[in-house]
Amino acid sequence: MQELTLETLLAVFEEIFGFWLFWGMVAAALAVTALFVYVLIRDHRLEARTLVRAELFAPVGAVAAIVFVFFMTSSGLRDMGGPIDVIMLLGIGAAGAVGLTILAYTVQALVNPPRR
Amino acid sequence: MTKSPLAASRRAFLGLAAGGAALTLGSAPARAARVKTSARIVILGAGAAGTAMANRLVTSLEGAQITLIDARAEHLYQPGFTLIAAGLKPASYSVSRTADWLPREATLIAEAAAGIDPEARMVTTDKGQKVPYDFLIVATGLALDWAAVQGFSLDLIGKEGIGAHYAGPAAAEATWRAMDAFAEKGGVALFGRPATEMKCAGAPLKIAFLTEDHATRKGTRSKVEIHYLAPQKALFSVPIVAEKVRMLFGERGIAAHYEHTLKAIDPGARIATYATPQGEVQMGYDYINVIPPMRAPDAVRNSPLPWADKWTDQGWVEVDQKTLRHLRYPQIFAVGDVAGVPKGKTAASVKWQVPVAEAHLIAAIQGREATETYDGYTSCPLITRVGRAMLVEFDYHDNLTPSFPGIIAPLEELWISWLMKEVALKATYNAMLRGKA
Repeated sequence: MQELTLETLLAVFEEIFGFWLFWGMVAAALAVTALFVYVLIRDHRLEARTLVRAELFAPVGAVAAIVFVFFMTSSGLRDMGGPIDVIMLLGIGAAGAVGLTILAYTVQALVNPPRR
Repeated sequence: MTKSPLAASRRAFLGLAAGGAALTLGSAPARAARVKTSARIVILGAGAAGTAMANRLVTSLEGAQITLIDARAEHLYQPGFTLIAAGLKPASYSVSRTADWLPREATLIAEAAAGIDPEARMVTTDKGQKVPYDFLIVATGLALDWAAVQGFSLDLIGKEGIGAHYAGPAAAEATWRAMDAFAEKGGVALFGRPATEMKCAGAPLKIAFLTEDHATRKGTRSKVEIHYLAPQKALFSVPIVAEKVRMLFGERGIAAHYEHTLKAIDPGARIATYATPQGEVQMGYDYINVIPPMRAPDAVRNSPLPWADKWTDQGWVEVDQKTLRHLRYPQIFAVGDVAGVPKGKTAASVKWQVPVAEAHLIAAIQGREATETYDGYTSCPLITRVGRAMLVEFDYHDNLTPSFPGIIAPLEELWISWLMKEVALKATYNAMLRGKA
């Protein structure tokens, strides 16, 4: 890679997903993050019970993210060739887990606000 | 109520948002002021190199008259041909419209270049149109010399056990059907590369690996015999990579033959004839993948531009290998496959060559010298099976030049390298076409 600037990276992602899908996903991710931060500020804390329930979705998110990437790239577990592959796989799983947990927490907190 | 340590505040939230915005705004690269000029710049070829150059020039120059000459209406994403020939993508994966990539500020003459007169600074098209230039970028790509393989014709691709994925997206799809039918039935498969310089020297190796992989997945590997025949004395021009491929061929049971140049095929009898130092050798086959010799297009070969003492049967443009500038005609540059430099007829080379040639062109317009140089960087995601590849990158000096040293090992078969080929490569290529990468 010659020069990996933020601009290049954004251009590459726009090409992978298409302009509208990519920026739509960025907007969706930002919206979920903003809503998550909103409920944190509103409740002044992480609600333990809600969080535990949300965390139940983490393994689902992890597996879904990995299966999605395998499906999109015609590959599978047998193709892991070295440590970086396992790190990459764990990273994809972690992203899926954290993403779905935050989404689940936010949805629960919005639908069913904790009683004060 | 007591606040938990994780408690957030509105102030923190606002601070975070402001920080994010600052990061985004602050990272926009400062653009150099556009150079004013009325220069007439003609680009021969609207492929990867020509298109990338046009898109860069319209943003770096103001007032320049930029003309591209290319008769082909379709733009071909050539790195995709291997994926099509492996049955992973449809032919349409590699096809888009040339005009869709070109900047509005540039003019496209949809005719083929027929003659180049560097003394008169004039290009003549096949329809007789004369196009004068102040600067000329030769980015014609190369020509596949199918006639050099006796007995072969393009209409045979996909039939009689013949594959030839270099011929185009439709041919790559037909190659996949022929390869799949062969893997089903079994027999002897022959792969190889030409004796000339070629685009993507990894592609013949990839298709041999992919055929082996396909037969293995189909459960017919024991019925399949695979041979790879190279005109050279090694499997790859970079010795350390050649050794690695030799070892992988050993592991995968692909027999390597050296100093074998494909001369002819007899499609009826399914016999291939190779020239070797010991004379002609014939080999029977059930499937053969033909990759012909490659040369500069006739318009370039018949012009005064090629080297007089190097690659005389191929006609690559005589340029300085560091600056891509013509050694005898300083107002001419050559980028991409047609450039007479060692190695690197790949899209990755184009990505690195174009900004260097552009810098020297702009410096010439401004009457100064540029310092940018190109050191032969090229890259080859060498697919070894569906799901794994080696991210091989190297330069003129046969040195490995990994983009991610210590993270992505160049000589390991990795999934992450496959992901790059599958997901990021076409996107990076498209960004390059738009002049953004």
